[in-house]
Amino acid sequence: MSLPTTLRVENISKIFGRVAAVDHLSCEVRRGELVGIIGPNGSGKTTLVNLISGFVKPTSGRILYNGQDITYTAPHKIVCMGISRTFQMVRPFYHLPAYKNMIIPLYSPRVRQLAGGRYGDRNAVALDLLEEVGFERDANVAYKPAGTLPQGYLKRLELAKAIALSPELLILDELFSGMSLAEVASVVPVIEKLRLAGKTIIMIEHRLKELFRIADRIMVLNYGQKIADGASTEVMESDEVKKAYLGSEG
Amino acid sequence: MKKRRERIDRGIKARSEDVYALSSWREMLYLAGPRLLPAAAFLLLPLFLGAYWQKVMISVAVFALLAISWDMLAQTGMISLGQALFFGMGAYVSGILNFYFGMPPWIAIPIATVLGGALCTLILTPVLRLRGIYFSMVTLIIPLMLVRIIEATKIFGGTEGLSGMTPLPSTLTEIYLVTGVLLGVLFGLRRLMETDYGLVLKGIRDNDRSVTNAGIDIFWFKTQALFISSTIGAFAGALMTHVYMFVGMPVFALDYSILPMAAAVVGGSGTLAGAALGAVILVPLSEALRGIGGLRIVMYGLFLVVFTVAVPEGLFDYIQRRYHQMERWVEIDQ
Amino acid sequence: MFAGTVVFALINSSILILLAIGFNLTFGISGVANFAYGALYIMSAYLSWTMLNLLHLPFWASAALSIVFTTISGAMMYRFVLLRVRGQALSEVIATFGIGLSILELFRYLGLVGFEYTLPVFWNESFMIAGAYVDIQRIIIVLIALVLVLGLWLFTHFTSTGLAFRGIAQDERTALTFGIDSDRIATLSVSFGAGLAAIAATIIIPLGSIAPDEGYDVLIKALAVCIIGGLGSTGGVIVAGVIIGFAERFTDSYIGSHWTMIVSLAAILLVLAIKPSGLFGQQKELEERI
Repeated sequence: MSLPTTLRVENISKIFGRVAAVDHLSCEVRRGELVGIIGPNGSGKTTLVNLISGFVKPTSGRILYNGQDITYTAPHKIVCMGISRTFQMVRPFYHLPAYKNMIIPLYSPRVRQLAGGRYGDRNAVALDLLEEVGFERDANVAYKPAGTLPQGYLKRLELAKAIALSPELLILDELFSGMSLAEVASVVPVIEKLRLAGKTIIMIEHRLKELFRIADRIMVLNYGQKIADGASTEVMESDEVKKAYLGSEG
Repeated sequence: MKKRRERIDRGIKARSEDVYALSSWREMLYLAGPRLLPAAAFLLLPLFLGAYWQKVMISVAVFALLAISWDMLAQTGMISLGQALFFGMGAYVSGILNFYFGMPPWIAIPIATVLGGALCTLILTPVLRLRGIYFSMVTLIIPLMLVRIIEATKIFGGTEGLSGMTPLPSTLTEIYLVTGVLLGVLFGLRRLMETDYGLVLKGIRDNDRSVTNAGIDIFWFKTQALFISSTIGAFAGALMTHVYMFVGMPVFALDYSILPMAAAVVGGSGTLAGAALGAVILVPLSEALRGIGGLRIVMYGLFLVVFTVAVPEGLFDYIQRRYHQMERWVEIDQ
Repeated sequence: MFAGTVVFALINSSILILLAIGFNLTFGISGVANFAYGALYIMSAYLSWTMLNLLHLPFWASAALSIVFTTISGAMMYRFVLLRVRGQALSEVIATFGIGLSILELFRYLGLVGFEYTLPVFWNESFMIAGAYVDIQRIIIVLIALVLVLGLWLFTHFTSTGLAFRGIAQDERTALTFGIDSDRIATLSVSFGAGLAAIAATIIIPLGSIAPDEGYDVLIKALAVCIIGGLGSTGGVIVAGVIIGFAERFTDSYIGSHWTMIVSLAAILLVLAIKPSGLFGQQKELEERI
């Protein structure tokens, strides 16, 4: 493990009212890694993502990205630094065609910066990106209003929006939920391709089987704390993890 | 046998959608008609109107500008209850420049337009950090407070106001200046809102979280939208200072907030053209209804409620639909 | 002069708190900004006046009836208008503003303006406090403000409806899963807000007269207090009420009465510039649910 650290979370806590959603949690993600985060419902996974992406500010602790402190950086700036995320609850612009939904991320200052000050033909880029995540070009799915598309497509639209920002660190919040097996099978190659391109990826997932197949490392959260961290096989052997899972979801 | 109504596009709409539109006069007219007709009406009508209706026309154009400015903000997710702030700010700045510094209208109006817009933006910028109704609350109270302040401190002529502004050369100049700006703003902003920039602004209204997550600073974009909008309002105010040759407390009155909002809501917000259409309907209507006095404002209030709740898409959307589509009854299989 | 100013500042603060608390309650619970608030205030005053002077009911009966009636009209406003645009904050703003406008301008059209349009004071006597003559009506205002604030606190902390209010205010979706009917609670919140406006009108109007312009004034004052204190926070309303109340009275006594509005405006702009969500506010820059 000599790769540089992309993300370092130091002793972070977020308290809502009297409940600690994330409780003195520390973790590290190295460049090019694919880390899976699992845990029962309400274990603080999404709050952790919100903290990293800057949508929620922590009660204490700090977050370093490539050595830079981003704890209190505004969310849009964090995106422009190269962290992009998907949302668990997708809420696209329902009345717009799917490819028009891609325009806003493609309008981002980060995209222009990476393209050397030019945006290029956003519609064409949008259609290409959507085809990559499985919007069949022949069937003109990308031209249909987002409101008419099934959940599986909306999830993949969400993924395409995140990829459009050419992130270095990609955080996928329950991407697979709501997708059919076939859809998951079609998205896995997209994720593997991103890994080959050297992207660091964090995945929050409830579909453990699919996750274990692609993740390098698994972190388990419960009650806002990290209870296990390691390769998938050893993590699932841990007594504490078994208890957490059997106790709440069993 | 049950029936339902079905809407389908008119043939001519499909035919004129692409470059083929250039193949015949009919298709070209179909496309250009809705744009040329109102423009021509605005440009030709003043020549045939009497002095009174010429003034009404100026009023129509001014309220249309305020309504468009309101709609522009609404499309970015900001509901202004105080268009009078923009109007009054422009009016006072132009009035002050003319009264105290002796600037002629053709210098005072442009400066007041930009400076008034900038001042309004500056006052309201902090509110843009918050979502939703805060903007409405602050825009509602600031013009009303400014009135009290002018009244109490007697600055800029106090309750008397400033009078004796330099007028514009003629009524026709006034009309063509304001209608020219109106048409430019209307078509320009409609074009702007169709671009990707406009898409971002509308995106902020629908889902600010998603826009932020695209790495876009929503605060900065909202500020830009506010500046565009308040500049338009300030222009309307600056012009009226020289039309009335007077500026005073009434420029911050609720009328300048309510009528534009009613116009935009009746015409249909979200299209800009609807806002202009609303002004074209409501302003002459309220001239015709002068007899009922204060009841007109009651009527605007009811319009606001009824259209928001029952006809949220407004009149323009309806007209547009009838123009492009036809309806027919079709049988449905059970 | 100083002690007297303090007394009147306290009274002024109580008035501001009374005016703002209903608006704030409605918003805090259901997120509805009721821009018809000032109109409801004036409407209830005219209702009392009508029952008192035209139907010759006793004062306590007409006051009680008008409070009840205003409360009901708040509920009806929610049921018949706001429910149809529920969740679309922008439409709610336009609709409530339109309703308020219609009510106030209708009263103006009817021409019900003048000194005779007022409500009787409860107890027409005054006495000296700290070198200033204070009439008992003003003392009653302070007492009722105290009682209402305390009562609201007890209500939201110890009764089941009050707890449901707080539940909805904190997290509507979760509250729904616990079987709290959010539409019913929102109806109640709007009608309670209207009722509080009516109570405020009943005790504050006797100091002046009923006029449509007063409706806009009340709305401005309520909004100013809520903006400074932070929308939806009862503590914020109290603190902001006291701050504005004292600032206004002291500028009035030591600088001049026409500066009071400037002080309020300056306070608003200052708070917006430093802490846009208000002193105790939790309004967010972004949509809260992520």
